[in-house]
Amino acid sequence: MDDRRVLTGKHFMNGDEACAEGALAAGCSFFGGYPITPSTEIAEHLARRMPEIGSVFIQMEDELASMAAILGASAAGARAMTATSGPGLSLMMENLGLAIMLEIPCVIVDVQRGSPSTGLPTMPGQSDVMQARWGSHGDYAIVAYSPWSVQEMFDLTILAFNIADRYRTPVIMLCDEVVGHMIERLVIPPSDQIEIWNRKLPKESDNGRCDPFRALGNDLVPPMMHAGEGYRVHFTGLTHDEHGYPVMSAKTHHDLVTRLVEKIEHNAEYLIRTEGYWLDDAEIVVVAYGCTARSAQRAVREAREEGISAGMLRLISLWPFPENLFQDLGKTVKTIIAAEMNLGQISREIERTTGRPVHGVYHAGGEMIPPEPILRAIRGADR
Amino acid sequence: MRVYARTPLDISKVISPRGQVYLIPERCKGCEVCVHFCPQKVLVISDERNAKGYRIPKLNNGEEDECVNCEFCTLVCPEFAIFTLPVEVSSNG
Amino acid sequence: MSRVKIAKKHPLDSIIRADRMPHIWCPGCGIGIVMRCYAQAILDSGVPADQHVVISGIGCSGRVAGYMNIDSYHTTHGRAIPFAVGMKLAKPELMTTVFSGDGDLAAIGGNHLIHAARRNVDVNVICVNNFNYGMTGGQVGPTTPRGARGTTAPYGNPELPFNLPYLLAAAGANFVARWTTIHVRQIRDDILYAFSRPGFTFIEVLAPCPVGFGKSNNIDDGLEEMELYRQRCVLVRDGDVSQDDLNIDLREEKPIYIGRFEDRDRPPYEAIKVETA
Repeated sequence: MDDRRVLTGKHFMNGDEACAEGALAAGCSFFGGYPITPSTEIAEHLARRMPEIGSVFIQMEDELASMAAILGASAAGARAMTATSGPGLSLMMENLGLAIMLEIPCVIVDVQRGSPSTGLPTMPGQSDVMQARWGSHGDYAIVAYSPWSVQEMFDLTILAFNIADRYRTPVIMLCDEVVGHMIERLVIPPSDQIEIWNRKLPKESDNGRCDPFRALGNDLVPPMMHAGEGYRVHFTGLTHDEHGYPVMSAKTHHDLVTRLVEKIEHNAEYLIRTEGYWLDDAEIVVVAYGCTARSAQRAVREAREEGISAGMLRLISLWPFPENLFQDLGKTVKTIIAAEMNLGQISREIERTTGRPVHGVYHAGGEMIPPEPILRAIRGADR
Repeated sequence: MRVYARTPLDISKVISPRGQVYLIPERCKGCEVCVHFCPQKVLVISDERNAKGYRIPKLNNGEEDECVNCEFCTLVCPEFAIFTLPVEVSSNG
Repeated sequence: MSRVKIAKKHPLDSIIRADRMPHIWCPGCGIGIVMRCYAQAILDSGVPADQHVVISGIGCSGRVAGYMNIDSYHTTHGRAIPFAVGMKLAKPELMTTVFSGDGDLAAIGGNHLIHAARRNVDVNVICVNNFNYGMTGGQVGPTTPRGARGTTAPYGNPELPFNLPYLLAAAGANFVARWTTIHVRQIRDDILYAFSRPGFTFIEVLAPCPVGFGKSNNIDDGLEEMELYRQRCVLVRDGDVSQDDLNIDLREEKPIYIGRFEDRDRPPYEAIKVETA
């Protein structure tokens, strides 16, 4: 890789810029985006960096165009990314469905802000969790990661590109304005230590049965065939058969949609990332992600100092939701507290999978949830 | 044989092209654009129908040899159904 | 010859998906004619077919992608152009053509159309204009003439339509032309010319839509509409045609101006490359 691409070394950098550097380190060669607070720094940073390394930066006319452009670029073989916030993610929903239907890898960074509508453009939120999962029409499954530090803005973006390419799926980075705008230490490793997973490509041994939508292995992922490689592919958003031709039949539709969903759900164990703190003997578990997890960690530590058996489960991946983990957790712990900067979105998944009610520490957005309300909830659960 | 009011001096050197009309009947949708726009009026719509029920073109009686391979039917058919190919012409006329 | 000979294959079958013929368009529809010109232009272009890509939107014209035997992308409504922009910029050696209809490109896709023309990205657009939304049953669209009928304008369209050549020339396209489906040689020639022109090119082709548009507007079939084109078309050779003159209304006895309307050398979009010390 070009040595200007990976800025190996120690940096003191803002989260959005770290995400941009992560994209570059992952090999991102196309960015199509539209300015929107608080993600604009990603676009601005890439506008400066991408021309230095021969990659393409283009500011598109709106978010719909941005999403379409990254799909076109990715279909031609590029690792492509866009960055936006809640309102822009809403605009990208239709083409997110196209990405899923065409199985085109791409990364969408959503630096969340106070929502709904114009909301609080410069202040944090975490209320796009369900939109990331269900925002587009139809049945589908999505992968989404939630960084809580500048280092994770870098590391998880690389993971996002790898997952996107490996599973031929869009991946959403559900960041928040706090992590996007905070400045922390970032360590960028040498480029030969950065793991890149390439797209599955057609092999000679596939014996001419190569179709862009025929999964040849148990992982349900078909090989990627790019424009200009001589395959004469047909990619359509209509329900299609394995060759790509549109087929208007209920059976083809059910088979296709089921495979697209199972492609993510059956591979969930490879996609899910969580981190536990003091969970071994915890009776009260706080579930949190993103910037809220930083407050939750502090609250849990203080609770422990008070003698309460509290622990924290930090969700690094929000989707697919770690159902098995929560089914087990639901059977062993006394209380589950969910702290999130929305009025209870991931908590619905927790309740669904554990079959038990969740204590919520919620705030609609605008300000990071401080440790105190979480600590109060822990103490309350302990009584 | 073409009849001239005055025989051109280079008539022995100029050979009018001739064409053979080909049709893929199952693709035709009976739109009649080829029939209408043929400059030589070589085609008419027949009473023969293809499998989908569309009436397909046939040669106009008396105009069988008038096709000059202008290719207009080839160019204007929306269905990729009708086309002409040049035919060897040994003599002029 | 004594009779029409039956053939099993058409000379262009190598460049179209012959296994999917006959296509879905109605008898008398003009889209197949434009597709044939495009297919011919690909073979005549000197650029290998493996390097051509076609990107389409939603609508009858958008179905062309499914019938062309090249890398083809049938994307979402109105978004073919930004998809093509991304594809072209990521892989500049691709000969990128957007093939879509008047509603897809100029209504929902209008913003992308004018911005791509403004940027002058090296993408070719072929717009089949049949004055309505045909696929969904004949609703009016941004190019439906005022007073013409459609299923969403049963009393006549109250709106003034776009004048696409004027719009595209004003937005910045390097090459703008308008033809009709009887101008088969010119369409192929101009598509070939558009392939060779750097920058954004736009070719509008007026086409019959007997079931969608014709049925509501006293045009019995595709042939009748094509005969209307033959009678009314006037070729513009050089010089300006006024914006009013470029408007179309098939009911009126006014000429339909066709030809090349813009052919210039605004610099095409190029992604920036910066040398660092």
